[in-house]
Amino acid sequence: MTERAEPDAAPGRPKQGRLPLGGVDGVPAGRGAVTYHFRPYNVGRWLTWGGYALVLLLAPLVFSSSLSQTLLSQMGIAIIACLSYNMLLGQGGMLSFGHAVYSGLGGFLAVHALNKVGAGTLHLPVSLVPLVGGLAGLVFAALLGFVTTRKSGTTFAMITLGIGELVYSMSLMLPEFFGGEAGITSNRVVPPAVLGISFGPQIQVYWLIALYCFACTALMFAFTRTPLGRMLNAVRDNPERVAFIGYDTQRVRWFAFMIAGLFAGIAGGLAGINFELATAEVVGAQRSGAYLLFTFLGGSTAFFGPIIGGVLMVLATVVLSELTKAWLLYLGFAFVLMVMYAPAGVAGLVLANLRLAAFGRLRALLPGYLALALAGALAFTGASAMVEMLYHLQLNEALGPVMKFGGVMLNAKGAAAWVGAALLLAVGATAFEAVRRRFRVRWDAAQAEIERELKRREGT
Amino acid sequence: MSDIADRVALELRDVRKRFGKTEIIRGATLKVNAGERVALIGPNGAGKSTLFNLISGRFAPSSGEILLGGARIDGLAPHRINRRGLARSFQVSNLFTHLSVFENLRCAVLWSLGYRYAFWRFLASLRDANERAEEVMAMLRLERRRDVLAMNLTYAEQRALEIGLTIAGGADVLLLDEPTAGMSQSETRRFLQLIREVTAGKTLLTVEHDMGVVFGLADRIAVLVYGEVIAFDTPEAVRADPRVQEAYLGAVDAQGLA
Repeated sequence: MTERAEPDAAPGRPKQGRLPLGGVDGVPAGRGAVTYHFRPYNVGRWLTWGGYALVLLLAPLVFSSSLSQTLLSQMGIAIIACLSYNMLLGQGGMLSFGHAVYSGLGGFLAVHALNKVGAGTLHLPVSLVPLVGGLAGLVFAALLGFVTTRKSGTTFAMITLGIGELVYSMSLMLPEFFGGEAGITSNRVVPPAVLGISFGPQIQVYWLIALYCFACTALMFAFTRTPLGRMLNAVRDNPERVAFIGYDTQRVRWFAFMIAGLFAGIAGGLAGINFELATAEVVGAQRSGAYLLFTFLGGSTAFFGPIIGGVLMVLATVVLSELTKAWLLYLGFAFVLMVMYAPAGVAGLVLANLRLAAFGRLRALLPGYLALALAGALAFTGASAMVEMLYHLQLNEALGPVMKFGGVMLNAKGAAAWVGAALLLAVGATAFEAVRRRFRVRWDAAQAEIERELKRREGT
Repeated sequence: MSDIADRVALELRDVRKRFGKTEIIRGATLKVNAGERVALIGPNGAGKSTLFNLISGRFAPSSGEILLGGARIDGLAPHRINRRGLARSFQVSNLFTHLSVFENLRCAVLWSLGYRYAFWRFLASLRDANERAEEVMAMLRLERRRDVLAMNLTYAEQRALEIGLTIAGGADVLLLDEPTAGMSQSETRRFLQLIREVTAGKTLLTVEHDMGVVFGLADRIAVLVYGEVIAFDTPEAVRADPRVQEAYLGAVDAQGLA
């Protein structure tokens, strides 16, 4: 590419959303941080995308157990879904509570298509079945989105919530299509296998998902650099002004909504192949809520944030939920903390620290980070010990009061365990607050120093 | 149509606007010739901003006609009016806060260059759009602030970008709503020069409180009082008009004028 690259050419540049942004303390994450001026051959971009492809390629080789393959497959799907959701949330300022409608309906259509392929009534390679899901997502987004995108802001959010409930209730009213409580099952193995690819083994499904994941990520990134993609940002920032530069804001939102629906449908179609099943819950409010929550946790202001969000989504819903029954409580807590202290999500934290590093100010903050981590770990251990004891008493009473917690045996009915845990929490929380205050002073000083440095550079 | 009618860029015919029972605009009539600079003045609450909102399509008039280049535009949506060649600025800067200066300007040129809702082309490859955005940025003297987010600009820079968004699309008729609002004397003087430059050859209708700006910029002055245009003439004639002095300026301000 020989064209002049804008600073946002870097996938890392935060596309700051409507949500109150600010690295850690209201500092715009990455302002002027990632000002790449690419050379003609655009080394940075090749490295980024090459690295992404490499991770997708190497992941199943490094994590080769069958559990890992299952997790990685789900992560690929979640990444596509969260990226498509962020087209609405981060890039368009549209807070949708019903995005699962499009991934879910895509999933159902894909499973039906797969069954037809299996029955021999539809001639389509299994590898293209996700596109059926994508088409379904696109069509439903065009139909339903025409209504939802006429409004913005709170009204938009409310309508998406309503449509989500509507579609979910339909799933119980139309058992022929949705399969009732049990859902629709399918079989992704349709002989004959082409080139030895039968999609029987999980790893083959992973490769299919990885391929789609890479392609969809690239396409969605490309979208951010097109006229429609940029006008979507403009509509997010200031819909009124958009109308006075010749654009119909409803059209911009609607078209973007359709494209988001397309990619959501592809994710749903891949999930249909992966699980060989679609149940009503894939269109439900809980799934929609998960897209919102994890996209936000990953970071809605940077393009790559939802990729982190997708990975977190699988780790939390599959791994964390295995580790503890209280996983939703931890998740909710993490979400609240993130909204309050790091509204740009994990990606925002990454960018803020990269910026510090770029200006040589990260090292001075490292001891502070270490102290924060130690104090935080202390407080968290105390708090989670109490939470786990409470859950143990409520749910596992039959097993007796003694439980295992991180390698230690705790008596959930004994005063010692409770006092100890409370003490840990108290000490940890006090220390954390003390460290946090000092840290904040240093953080602000570092940011101010960077601002001065930027001013100096501008002057020269 | 006669030659004279062809040369009218913007015309208001007995435009009225009611909010509830209150009539804010009460039969405003105005003819602005192509290439003319008109200042719209009037006391607070006279309806200047409302009139701008009616012309630019933010509100539809209750009755009356608004014509742009001889064709009716009253009641059209703002984006349709803009596509016909009328652009406006705002009294309070109305920018794309999380986009850079360059991106703001590029957004403002996309429709006029015919890129519409394209999602199959890269912005970076749109040579004419990029050149036009750079060109406007140079006119505004904001090249050095190219990659700064609009929300991080100084006040004066935001005012300049506000004008930039208005002119970038190449509209022939421009409505500027208090372009120098909130600026210091020296800033205003510099800014006035900028406005003259970037609006050269355009039809201009501007709301302004600063009389220095009004007399420095306008070919003709329209005086709006209680929703009616009570005078529309050259600055000298308006200055001398006893009705204007009585209705709008009052004895004290009239001395300031003279």
